[in-house]
Amino acid sequence: MSERKFSVWKGTPEGGKLHDYSIEVDKGMVVLDVVHEIQKLHDSNLAARWNCKAGKCGSCSVEINGKPKLGCMTRLNEYGEDETITIRPIKTFPIIKDLVTDVSWNYEQNKKIAPFKPRERDADGNHRFMQRDVDRVQEFRKCIECYLCQNVCHVLRDHEKKNKFVGPRFMLRLASLEMHPLDTENRIEDIKKEYGSGMCNITRCCTDVCPEHIQITDNAIIPLKERVVDEYYDPFMKLYNKIFKKSKLRIYIIKSYLVTLR
Amino acid sequence: MLDVKEIQTIEHDVLVVGAGGAGIRAAIECAKQGMNTGMISKSLLGKAHTVMAEGGMAAALGNVDSRDNWKIHFRDTMRGGKFLNQWRMAELHAKEAPDRVRELEDMGAVFDRTEDGLINQRNFGGHRYPRLAHVGDRTGLEMIRTLQDFCIHQGIAIHMECIALDVLKNNGKVSGLVAYWRETGRFVIFKAKAIIFATGGAGRAWSVTSNSWEYTGDGLAMAYRAGAELMDLEFTQFHPTGMIWPPSVKGILVTEGVRGEGGILLNNKNERFMFNYIPEKFASETADTIEEADRWLDGDKEARRPPELLTRDVVAKAIMNEVKEGRGSKNGGAYLDIASRQSAEHIKKKLPSMYHQFKELAEVDITADPMEVGPTLHYFMGGIKVDHETQSTNVPGLYACGECAAGLHGANRLGGNSLSDLLVFGKLSGDYASKYCQKNRLESTSEQEIENIIRNATDILNKEEGKNPFLIHENLQKIMNNHVGIVREEKELIEGIEKIETLKVDIQEVKAHPASQYNPGWNAAIDLSNIIIASEAVAKSALIREESRGGHTRLDYPDETKNGLEYNVIIKKGTDGKMETRKEMRSTPPEHLSKIAFSSLEELEENNE
Amino acid sequence: MLATQRTDKWWIEPTLTAFGFLCFVIYTTWRAFSGENFVADNYLSPFYSPLLFENPAGHGLDHSWFGSWPTWVPNWIPKSPAIFILIFPLSFRMTCYYYRKFYYRSFFLSPPACAVEGIKQKNYKGETGFLIIQNLHRYTLYIALLYILILYYDGYHGLFRDGTFGIGIGTIILLINPTLLAFYAFGCHAFRHLIGGKEDCFTCPAGNEKIKYKAWKKVSLLNSKHMLWAWASMIWVALTDLYVMLVSKGVITDLNTWNN
Repeated sequence: MSERKFSVWKGTPEGGKLHDYSIEVDKGMVVLDVVHEIQKLHDSNLAARWNCKAGKCGSCSVEINGKPKLGCMTRLNEYGEDETITIRPIKTFPIIKDLVTDVSWNYEQNKKIAPFKPRERDADGNHRFMQRDVDRVQEFRKCIECYLCQNVCHVLRDHEKKNKFVGPRFMLRLASLEMHPLDTENRIEDIKKEYGSGMCNITRCCTDVCPEHIQITDNAIIPLKERVVDEYYDPFMKLYNKIFKKSKLRIYIIKSYLVTLR
Repeated sequence: MLDVKEIQTIEHDVLVVGAGGAGIRAAIECAKQGMNTGMISKSLLGKAHTVMAEGGMAAALGNVDSRDNWKIHFRDTMRGGKFLNQWRMAELHAKEAPDRVRELEDMGAVFDRTEDGLINQRNFGGHRYPRLAHVGDRTGLEMIRTLQDFCIHQGIAIHMECIALDVLKNNGKVSGLVAYWRETGRFVIFKAKAIIFATGGAGRAWSVTSNSWEYTGDGLAMAYRAGAELMDLEFTQFHPTGMIWPPSVKGILVTEGVRGEGGILLNNKNERFMFNYIPEKFASETADTIEEADRWLDGDKEARRPPELLTRDVVAKAIMNEVKEGRGSKNGGAYLDIASRQSAEHIKKKLPSMYHQFKELAEVDITADPMEVGPTLHYFMGGIKVDHETQSTNVPGLYACGECAAGLHGANRLGGNSLSDLLVFGKLSGDYASKYCQKNRLESTSEQEIENIIRNATDILNKEEGKNPFLIHENLQKIMNNHVGIVREEKELIEGIEKIETLKVDIQEVKAHPASQYNPGWNAAIDLSNIIIASEAVAKSALIREESRGGHTRLDYPDETKNGLEYNVIIKKGTDGKMETRKEMRSTPPEHLSKIAFSSLEELEENNE
Repeated sequence: MLATQRTDKWWIEPTLTAFGFLCFVIYTTWRAFSGENFVADNYLSPFYSPLLFENPAGHGLDHSWFGSWPTWVPNWIPKSPAIFILIFPLSFRMTCYYYRKFYYRSFFLSPPACAVEGIKQKNYKGETGFLIIQNLHRYTLYIALLYILILYYDGYHGLFRDGTFGIGIGTIILLINPTLLAFYAFGCHAFRHLIGGKEDCFTCPAGNEKIKYKAWKKVSLLNSKHMLWAWASMIWVALTDLYVMLVSKGVITDLNTWNN
């Protein structure tokens, strides 16, 4: 046990400030434990969200020493022993109280997205596809909706273009739908026009902060941007798709193309 | 003065309380039936404890082994539940689970596939055939996200961070519910014809638990106060190996797979103590020397299983005893060692999530050092007593499904049966609650009742002085851990119940900071009034069941009794306001079901050596 | 600007990246305009490849595709063979999804680092305004693929001096160069999309499009190290040029089987 210094932002939508606490800490403690200690012994009115405390629900997103992180997965020994650890609410969303922010905007974005529309089942009542297709979308479906990516995305955070861009979380969700082996809906037009794929300048902070280590930029956003290119910026591809889409000729061409590559 | 007419009022046909797997599935069903459906959730949508489920969802799809069918699933469930399950519930569950899994796939869930491209199924404890539809080790997250993304397009009114206080009744029927918004601390009155509880268990009553803050038995307590009966609460599932260090991760599960891969339990004298705890009835099947146990690990089919793989209650009890007698690990548990048993490569390949869990949270490299483990409270088999099919309680208009409902799992739950439970009975409860709504009118609500509920909640804020809710909760957790833990004893239980009584007085004096907006102290204080009821109910049920069965272990009655199978323990609020406990005789099982269960069981016993 | 609550040294990465890239740009510009010492016997600097027209003052006629500079080229254009050429690989790199990340961060401060505020832009448009041209990345990829062939051709040239087969340090350097470029280009995000990533399902309905999946999987593997290949190929191309220059100037002697 030893004493450590913490600084926690407390306040309301009208404003607030950092409050200093000196807390007895035990080896192995995480930042969320400190929040609980403060609630228990110093300030029962300190508002904070948490649920599973095992990095699986994505509730305890905060900014620790300025970095967006999950409180439950950030161990105190990541920081120097004399360093004051500062805990602030995530910046991009409006404050409700203390460390709690209003993330309802995210739920509104999710609702805007055209829902999953499955194809017909096979005659025997099953859906058939292979594990390799599962593996690709499962990376996206690992998302725990902590909204750290939404928080760090400079389009939402600094430029406040919430009306123009749905943010990395929902680009990820769109990717999981577009690459879903059973889905039949096409959302490419909306991805460009409604959800603002062009607003992202792929500076990858979303990927950097993702606690699930999802390659949001490389595997979700960029592939969607490329799909938008197919549709809007590549006349040859568009023509090609028009002529060959789903035709046998197309498969033949691709195969011979790959054969020559090898 | 409080003016009830000023309070926000929302009207629904059906109000679902809880937004985990069961709650969302119930709400979807109600919306599908054309009901005006509301769903309230203590947390944000998609954060419910369902996300923590790992293994999978049991359903006899027969994709991996075509011999599997609902009858075998049913029989496995009954066997696992030590035959105390509600027979018809186990039947319905086994029959409907495959359809619920396929339905989830059509909502967008992506399950792991077999070589043929079908839903893959994995083996699990107690399931005779590979039966668990799964997505790696995060099936629960897949399930809740799928349901969440589906339900937002169904016209359900989703009220997030809204905490239920109590049910309103009129003429003995449900008429609504009072709740408050966490964000503002303001109260809200829901008027509804029917209410479905999907509120989970009360794991937070123990200090070592895998459950989150939400698990405070709200549904159990509200149903109890509304006059509903609770059942089988003595059956609490403790998992023998949970993490115990560092404090921040205390309770997080360490999969049984570690022991399956050859992991051994050691005390602080480096003794493999499980050899001292082999119960007589398992002695013939269990290795009695280290040498023989090691041969089993090497694949010798003649060798008997190592004692580390005895049933959960035995292992947990053994660990507790080692600690009690001063041979526990540094932080009060046992050492689980796999490092000296398998190569680092093998461990990383077979137990990747365990490897990362310990590496990231405990800074322990399990390929080099032993883990520290101890029992952790995991699941409530018991809960609100419901009709096996309609999921209705004895209060007209009140329904329950998921972990907060009792019956399906009997005395012990099989892994994987929980996720399918949520979907099967979530759907059924939604279905029957909707039917109920079509036949019943909205009841009026009593202003006096509403005022009382609200006053109980606001009293906590309006005190000059009072007790700290967090510390009282900690006290309760200590009491439950010490007196109503994994192994129970009459003396301990009686003492525990007495301590709970005194704690009730403390709870009357609990106080929170007067700010009502997003006030964790206030939330904790309100939760206390629920969790104390759940705790008392568990303790009293445990006292009355004088045998050991499944998740209920009594030191003073170490064996299953024949008589134990003849009753369920029922808890009900008495007319005097005190908790009543009674044994209710079980009806004889339907013949077709007992035939399946028992003929197959004999078959199984023949096959098992 | 640069407002942040981060207490770590977040500025190190963008600064180092900017410095590294600037070094490359300065070196490249100097070399591109010098128009000298880009040929050493059968070694041709990649900055000058394909050598369309030979520098009148230089030596390297063997390498040039169309002989001497045509007379119609106005005089004010520096007669350096590189300036026509560098623009192509440069366009590939400048529209690359990795380069975009670092130059938006390091040079445009948009944002300079995660959770660090950049330059206030009232009307931030991302890549919907002028930068919409970034969508042409796949066309620059086609050019880059062509360059791989050309540079291999140069490497092949490096195996023959005056018709005699042989090998030198320079040959190896020249052959590594297009190889690194290939690792970079074949891991390109646009390539990854075109090769298979555009498919919604690799195995629907019958599960038979394995070839596309395998190609996508291999490209994905390269793609996951795209930054590494981007830097490796960029540094190597500069080193290759440097090597040719130094040999050409006689500063160092190329070890080879032709007895120099």
